[in-house]
Amino acid sequence: MSEHEYTPKSKAGKWFNDRLPLLTLGAHLTDYPTPKNLNYWWTFGGILTFCLITQIVTGIVLAMHYVAHADLAFASVEHIMRDVNYGWLIRYIHSNGASMFFLAVYIHIFRSLFYGSYKSPREVIWIIGLMIYLLMMAAAFMGYVLPWGQMSFWGATVITNLFSAIPLVGDSITTWLWGAYSVDNPTLNRFFSLHYLIPFLILGLVVLHIWALHVPGNNNPVGIDIKKPSKDTVPFHPYITIKDAFALLVFMIIFAGFVFFTPNVLGHSDNYIPANPLVTPAHIVPEWYLLPFYAILRSVPDKLGGVILMFSAIFILFVLPWLDTSKVRSAVFRPIYRQFFWILVIDVLMLGYVGAMPAEGIYLVLARVGTIYYFLHFIVVMPVVGYLEKTDPIPMSISEPVLTGGAEPSLARKVNDKV
Amino acid sequence: MSKEEKKVNRRDFLFTASYTVGAVGVGAVIWPMIDQMNPDKAQQALATTEVDISNIEPGKSITVLWRGKPVFLKRRTPEEIAEARAVNMDDLPDPQKDEERVKEGKDEWLVMLGVCTHLGCVPLKDKGDFNGWFCPCHGSHYDVSGRIRKGPAPTNMEIPKFEFVDSNTIKIG
Repeated sequence: MSEHEYTPKSKAGKWFNDRLPLLTLGAHLTDYPTPKNLNYWWTFGGILTFCLITQIVTGIVLAMHYVAHADLAFASVEHIMRDVNYGWLIRYIHSNGASMFFLAVYIHIFRSLFYGSYKSPREVIWIIGLMIYLLMMAAAFMGYVLPWGQMSFWGATVITNLFSAIPLVGDSITTWLWGAYSVDNPTLNRFFSLHYLIPFLILGLVVLHIWALHVPGNNNPVGIDIKKPSKDTVPFHPYITIKDAFALLVFMIIFAGFVFFTPNVLGHSDNYIPANPLVTPAHIVPEWYLLPFYAILRSVPDKLGGVILMFSAIFILFVLPWLDTSKVRSAVFRPIYRQFFWILVIDVLMLGYVGAMPAEGIYLVLARVGTIYYFLHFIVVMPVVGYLEKTDPIPMSISEPVLTGGAEPSLARKVNDKV
Repeated sequence: MSKEEKKVNRRDFLFTASYTVGAVGVGAVIWPMIDQMNPDKAQQALATTEVDISNIEPGKSITVLWRGKPVFLKRRTPEEIAEARAVNMDDLPDPQKDEERVKEGKDEWLVMLGVCTHLGCVPLKDKGDFNGWFCPCHGSHYDVSGRIRKGPAPTNMEIPKFEFVDSNTIKIG
């Protein structure tokens, strides 16, 4: 929080602020001391906020024209594409927006992994973030079902059948999810309802995410604790707002490139075939952002085991702050962990690739190797490397590497105490 | 560079240019979000209705649906036409000659939107004090030409755009 107390200048402002301190909040957000060395990997928080708002606005608009009924859904989506004024644009923004949202969130998560942003005192920020990520996956999955094409229908069938792997009650749970004896109209109706709800839950969690962030303040590329405000910080506005705005513009250019030039490249052409409960498409794949988990699921030759492993791949991230034993946050000063970090990046990309390929031959082998490494990374590498690694010397302040010998002695002591 | 020249400098130009481009961009994004709520192509495709009028006897009327609204088609008798044309213009809240409300040479055909100009209810035929229509919602009386005579409605019932395709068919819209 800002060090100084804020008092509105106008009498009316003071009257209002005494009753609801919105102006204090505004002043806090404006002055919020931010590390001055944040790089462009730190702009994805703002980009993700933009993505969420874009999805909510275009989604509300699409819901004005969409009909959530098994007999009418597919035609209503085509109606949006052909008849509704700018309907094609709004739908392409929404469908590509989901992909852009996941692209940004993966960069955001890996940023956190590289710079140790999940570590004390930021564990709660990390956990809220993971909850947002889980809700994003649920929203994206249900949204993909709504056009009621072949991929919608069979994607819904496969994912809901995951729950049938649960011993004893699996079948009952699956039937309960469907509201029928297969994916059918009741399933579509409830998915639409929940698809509309989840973004607002995400919005609430985003507020908590930012609130939790503003308690300790931002981590930074050198990963050290800093005094706030100090010569190591700059006010959020205008320094960070303008940097975020520039990054957002570049992001929007890429976004617009997809929307206007290759709007269907990230989708699957089979979803332009109306849902048919009698015929499964030859090759069924989830959207790209779920592929690594799909690869983990298929790498296990056991129904229940595959499901457990797939969910574990996500839930293991919740205990990451306690699996990582290193006291140094930023991988910039961790020569060994840094290499494992990049192996993990390559591993996840490879899992994504084999997730899109048929589950046979070399792809199955790669999926198994990738799955084993994924879990080894978190369960073995992170605790062990944290203990054994000899880290590089960390600077005493952000300014120190720039201004030789310029570090404040008081600041240095503080850093040494913590690290 | 003198002081006067510095008042409008390169930075001011960049600010103005950036805000202008930004405003155009924001506008280009907002307009589709607004326009999507206007009638879409499927609705516009319903913008005309053709009606067969060969079965309507003099003195009778039918009601058809055009753009989701009722349209009254009344084939008036010579007595009704005479009555409509005998009205003194000073008695009309919204003065309009009967001749202006029908097609020349087709005086017997009154084609009008069956929507009360007060708050949009559908008036009842052959009711009210003026041998025309009466709106049950708030008590507006219309005459045999569909003109407002008494009650809260401000204007006469609207005449839509229409034409005779042939002697037995009217195209509305």
